[in-house]
Amino acid sequence: MKVLVPLKRVSDPDNANKIKIAGGKVDTTGLEWKPNPFDEYAVETALRLTENGTNPKKREGEVIVVTFGPKETEMTLRAALATGADRAIRVDAKDEDLDGDLVARALKAIVEKEKPDLVLAGKQAVDGDSNQVGQLLAEYLGWPQATFAGTIKSEGDKSLVVGREVDGGTLNVRVHLPAVVTVDLRIVAPTSVTSIHTPPTHKYADGVRFAALMAIMAAKKKPLVELKLADLAPDAALKIKYTGFEPPAARKAGVKVKTVGELVQKLKTEAKVI
Amino acid sequence: MNILVIAELHDGSLRKSTHSAITFARQVGAPFSILVIGSGTQNAATDAAAFGAQKILVADDASLKDPLAERYAPVVAQVAKAGGFDVVAVTASSYGKDLAPRVAAKLGAGYATDISGVKNEGGKLTFKRPTYAGNAFGYAEVQTPVKLVSVRQSEFAAAEPSGGASPVEKVAIPAADPAASRVEFISLEAAKSERPDLGEARVIVSGGRALKERFAEVLDPLANLLGAAVGASRAACDAGYAPPELQVGQTGRVVAPQLYFAIGISGAIQHLAGMKSSKNIVAINKDPEAPIFQVADYGLVQDLFTAVPELITELKKG
Repeated sequence: MKVLVPLKRVSDPDNANKIKIAGGKVDTTGLEWKPNPFDEYAVETALRLTENGTNPKKREGEVIVVTFGPKETEMTLRAALATGADRAIRVDAKDEDLDGDLVARALKAIVEKEKPDLVLAGKQAVDGDSNQVGQLLAEYLGWPQATFAGTIKSEGDKSLVVGREVDGGTLNVRVHLPAVVTVDLRIVAPTSVTSIHTPPTHKYADGVRFAALMAIMAAKKKPLVELKLADLAPDAALKIKYTGFEPPAARKAGVKVKTVGELVQKLKTEAKVI
Repeated sequence: MNILVIAELHDGSLRKSTHSAITFARQVGAPFSILVIGSGTQNAATDAAAFGAQKILVADDASLKDPLAERYAPVVAQVAKAGGFDVVAVTASSYGKDLAPRVAAKLGAGYATDISGVKNEGGKLTFKRPTYAGNAFGYAEVQTPVKLVSVRQSEFAAAEPSGGASPVEKVAIPAADPAASRVEFISLEAAKSERPDLGEARVIVSGGRALKERFAEVLDPLANLLGAAVGASRAACDAGYAPPELQVGQTGRVVAPQLYFAIGISGAIQHLAGMKSSKNIVAINKDPEAPIFQVADYGLVQDLFTAVPELITELKKG
């Protein structure tokens, strides 16, 4: 199976409360960059689908990672190559010149050239939180989609059974490939992904795999090509523009209560909620 | 301006999230219609007719029994085009978020997700939406003539019926996309719960990893007593102490009940993003330095395993 994984770098989501807003703009200087966690899960899922988990060094298929960004974002791609992805594509662009729709249209051009069986994407980037690229891409390609995947059972290059995490439960669908699947948190649990290569009894470690030092060195030699955004999506007009940003309204400082009795009293007489 | 609200259905009735999308339309202050999609939609259409919409448009067909974006998107796009709608609003739920981008792509429309506010200045709309886990709010202008939005239930109060009955009109079902033939609905495993939905609950009792295997044993009696929904932090879900559909946070459900109990929850950014809009927040945690105390209206520094049973006893006193 050939899998394409779009990958975005974001400012460290654990430090999102350090986001500064100056002059109505988000200032990310001084923040650490990391791969979007959901995209890392998508890479891990792609690796699990294209290997025998008991011998993960031999790939049973191909995993291609793609990012949009300046030269520095190649670090994000190299990190994915070090965990096992085969090759990488960087589309040269500045973050401010992109929106979800433009990324989806450019990805469509890449998909048409690469012809993967599957596009595996994170369900959302944790900076813009827009949750739309995967679905837009599926529609632009005329492909079926399975969003918010918590489990995937591969039926080879033909189809996947996907357990979608929807509000209030799990919605199970079968998508016939090629398709777009976006992944949710629990896709990296030990038995969430079942490929046709890995023995059904195999349990993965929880979470995403780390690259060994040797693999990091080897990843420097893996193919990484640069493409021009204009060649992929001639119409670069953005569909969404931001006129400004502001910090959230601060919550008023609360009070500490000493006892359960005092808490109940306050909830009854002050907040009047019980 | 003309707004199309896409209803979200559950068991043939309108979900409360739909009422929030109606509130959005009322706040814009433009005429709106409501599109009801599914199979066996009579009750939902009748309910929808009481909110002052110009029309209730009904797409009812056996092929629309299960909510698949590949089947619903062509219907929404056709109705939006035929009616000349300028804004299409969906619920910011897993249903709306799955569907809306496909509609946006069909209509060549820009799509602002998870909006928490709207300004209408002489017909020019600006959408407020949270980014960076709610640590920055952006003001988005959608540049295309047709605009898609998903409306955050926690930020738009549920609309009340305004009386009257909007005319109900059946719409033609367009031919299915080729993509629709390549996706099969298998089943919906609904989480079985007698409790209110997290998005609709007045009170939520949420627990963190500190509860360990005693998650349900400790929280259920309190939730039962208060008629509350049960929520969980991502850490509690990841550790397997709570099922995934209970997760409250940036990557789970976004909630804004009247009263939110954060029990044994430290208060990671991602969790705060999902519950900070709650009207009253109570935190119970034995660590006085836990970040949750910075957003809690009432903080109790105590071991939850003694505090929660005590709280139940105290509440029962009446």
